[in-house]
Amino acid sequence: MTDTAHIRNFSIISHVDHGKSTLSDRILEMTGAVDAREMREQYLDSMDIERERGITIKAQNVRVRWKSHVLHLIDTPGHVDFGYEVSRSLAACEGVVLLVDASQGIEAQTLANCYLALEHDLEIVAALNKIDLPAADPDRYAGEIEQVLGLPGDDILRISAKTGEGVADLLDAVVARIPAPVGSPTDPLRALIFDSHYDQYRGVVNAIRVVDGTMRTRSKVRLFIAGTTHEVEEIGIRTPHSVPVDELGPGEVGYLIAGIKSVGEAKVGETVTDAAKPAATPLEGYRDPKPMVFCGLYPVDGDELPELREALEKLQLSDASITFEPETSAALGFGFRCGFLGLLHMEIARERLEREFDLSLIATAPSVEYLAHLTNGQTVEVDNPSAMPPAQNIEFIDEPVLRLTIITPAEYTGTVMDLAQTRRGNLEKMQYLSPERVELIYAVPLAEVVVDFFDQLKSRTKGYASLDYEPAGYQREDLVKVDILLNSAPVDAFSSIVHKTRAQEYGRKMAAKLRELIPRQLFDVPIQAAIGGRIIARETVKARRKDVLAKCYGGDITRKRKLLEKQKEGKRRMKNIGRVEVPQEAFISALRLDD
Amino acid sequence: MCETQPGQPAARERPAPAVYVHIPFCPSRCDYCAFATWTDRHELRSAYTDACLRHIAEVQRQPADTVYLGGGTPSQLATADLLRLLEAIDTAPAAEITVEANPEDVSPQWALAAAEAGATRISLGVQSLDAHVLRGLGRRHDPAAARSAVAAIAAAGITSYSVDLIYGGAGETDGSWRATIKGILGLEPAPTHVSAYALTVEAGTPLSRDPARHPDEDVQAARYEIADRMLADAGLEWYEISNWARLGQESRHNLNYWLQGDYLAIGAAAHGHLDGRRWWNLRTPERYIGAVERGDDPVAASEHLDPAQRAFEALELSLRTSHGVPAAALPLGEDPAFDRLVTPAPDKSDRVVLTLAGRLLANQVALRLRIPPPAVPTHGSGHSDGSGHSGHRAHLLSQIT
Repeated sequence: MTDTAHIRNFSIISHVDHGKSTLSDRILEMTGAVDAREMREQYLDSMDIERERGITIKAQNVRVRWKSHVLHLIDTPGHVDFGYEVSRSLAACEGVVLLVDASQGIEAQTLANCYLALEHDLEIVAALNKIDLPAADPDRYAGEIEQVLGLPGDDILRISAKTGEGVADLLDAVVARIPAPVGSPTDPLRALIFDSHYDQYRGVVNAIRVVDGTMRTRSKVRLFIAGTTHEVEEIGIRTPHSVPVDELGPGEVGYLIAGIKSVGEAKVGETVTDAAKPAATPLEGYRDPKPMVFCGLYPVDGDELPELREALEKLQLSDASITFEPETSAALGFGFRCGFLGLLHMEIARERLEREFDLSLIATAPSVEYLAHLTNGQTVEVDNPSAMPPAQNIEFIDEPVLRLTIITPAEYTGTVMDLAQTRRGNLEKMQYLSPERVELIYAVPLAEVVVDFFDQLKSRTKGYASLDYEPAGYQREDLVKVDILLNSAPVDAFSSIVHKTRAQEYGRKMAAKLRELIPRQLFDVPIQAAIGGRIIARETVKARRKDVLAKCYGGDITRKRKLLEKQKEGKRRMKNIGRVEVPQEAFISALRLDD
Repeated sequence: MCETQPGQPAARERPAPAVYVHIPFCPSRCDYCAFATWTDRHELRSAYTDACLRHIAEVQRQPADTVYLGGGTPSQLATADLLRLLEAIDTAPAAEITVEANPEDVSPQWALAAAEAGATRISLGVQSLDAHVLRGLGRRHDPAAARSAVAAIAAAGITSYSVDLIYGGAGETDGSWRATIKGILGLEPAPTHVSAYALTVEAGTPLSRDPARHPDEDVQAARYEIADRMLADAGLEWYEISNWARLGQESRHNLNYWLQGDYLAIGAAAHGHLDGRRWWNLRTPERYIGAVERGDDPVAASEHLDPAQRAFEALELSLRTSHGVPAAALPLGEDPAFDRLVTPAPDKSDRVVLTLAGRLLANQVALRLRIPPPAVPTHGSGHSDGSGHSGHRAHLLSQIT
């Protein structure tokens, strides 16, 4: 057990791409935790997808020695979808290193993470990174940090994580300025689970921070919220290799393996206590993160449904925030409605399903969870537009709202405001961080954000604007469900909840898109967009007039037969909706968000 | 299938196989054409004819009822080669012997030579009478050549000739298409047979690389309807999707294809069929000549149809003709949009034939074909099986002979 006076627990917080992973690598190298031979870039980002995308999805933690101290470096997820996990990681620390790119200055996530650190009452050690870059302007951005975040300019370190310059000073500052943890080894045990992952051989491996008391191998522990009891099979520290230890004392960070089958049983934020001598209260701040974005996932090949279910179950073992339940679509067949923390989370989950489980999937357009207040006084949650009750039964609908923090160069303020306004955004605050940079805070319906808001923001500001968000509750809106009818039969996959003022536009666009995608049939096929019984847009796929081979002589017979066999095979794969034969590819294309 | 059924005489009555000879030489290449043709190998013509003669001698076992010299451009053969080629083929009395020709090749001398060689029918590749449309098709000949060619054919004593037309090319209008049909109907003497083909974009052709000239399906449908109306008004009745003829002037050789009959394949890239086996010869003239000279079978590949495939194929082929298919082979009475594509056959049999709209959507009808359940045997007609193709043959041949 390490004396708490010699322990420092900290996270590095920064905006995406400001060099957090590179700094982690440098720290591992300079403290001798990883030798040069083992060193690979972004050592702590172990998932393929993380490495490819240059982002951290699952936090990792590592123990290093710096002079006479033990430092626990707790890596936080770098994406706003995983904000709750960031907050739990911070709860395991006494301080943070706030890393800011010396050529870019404060960005939206810098602010959001910094505010989060302040909320947790953490000591902030600010550092300007990338001072080796020609474009670096550390004086200017030190001024910005001082002005915006109120951190004394003299205390801001200047480093290059890439070259190692200033990193030793930074570690000294961590030891000098971040407080040591407090806690008695003899108090009743309380340890925070701030991350968990699933290992196919060992089951769930939890990252823990002991707050009070001592955790010992082979002792019995109880999970406060789950209420379950487990035997501690192994505890240990990461250096970053796993090293089993017999006990972990207050302030120590390590891992716990206790025969837990899925991460859903030991969620992030959970408190571990001693089963025989439990603490009176759990640690504060537990929250069950709720999915915010939903979509239907369907196997391209309907026969792969059991494989998709199995894959989702396995994914859930390692990612408790994913939800799924069976769903049927007339257009797409059998699949699952899945819930995710955000758009990136959805994308990553889908990518993992396809990559790790070798599945080919169709995803419906992302949706959010509406609250439909019915005329009979009931309130129902609706996460699939096609499940929205009929308009005449609805009193009104609430939709989830986000509070967006956008930081943009001042010259793009107009275009950003324009974007936010067209997405039904409500400006709550605007302030100049410096003459060149503006912070805008908007309340925007989540449904408007899930449709390419981030891409639009980036393209309209040439990539300079940054974005952070937090849930901001629900608000009542004038929403309607637009159905798309094919030959008078509704196509469930295309139902959408939209603001009344947008219904016409959505209906027209969807009908026009489908007219291009649906092959001509033996009869005229009307495509209609409707709100309840009212048609708001209409297109027609004219009946096909010609489908015949001109020539069929001796040399054409074999070719013709093969062509017909192919056509027959294609016909077999068509979905029948309202007597209209539609190839699945048409649905897939229509579901694509790009216009 | 039906040939194997016991107690039926059909199998013993197989007519003599037809013979198809492919002549792969052309003066120039039309830019929509994906056939096996060459414009730069005329020096091979004589050796190629030699190879065909040898090949015929090896495979022909019985007199042919029909012979078809197709291409390419058979009229590009030297008349001496044409003569010895047709003389080498053993033919039955009153055999139909068709030679395809380019109008500008058909001089009075050529027509006389063809008649002397035994040709009973000339198929003229006119394509269009509109110089503008012909240019758009990448063809070089002069529209006026058709008139002199037809006169030469008549003067040589050949009374049956067909005109090939293509519609839907760039630069064509409803008006120019009407003018072309009117022009060929006004030829002296008038054609006894017309084949009108929708311009088709084949992969790998210059046309396929020029989307601006790709035909529009709806426009082609309208042009087909124009052709059908004008040809019918002139006494030429449709008897296959792209073919119209005066009664008794149908191409027996082509009918044999659509009745799933047998035919021998002579020449490069030619296709043959014998009793469920379909094969095709080596594609280039050099390789064909080489194989025949070595005494090898010049076949490039073949396939054997299983009984179900054969039955389907029989229905698919027959569907394209005025003989139609048994009504039971189609899911009628379920969808009016589909039912309008066929109509009961005029002879009030249990068969249906394509309507005008149905001919334009023949693939859509073919997709829904199914093998009809066996019918109750009828007295001695010999075509009690569902696809009834020996029955078709008897029926159609009786119409035209």
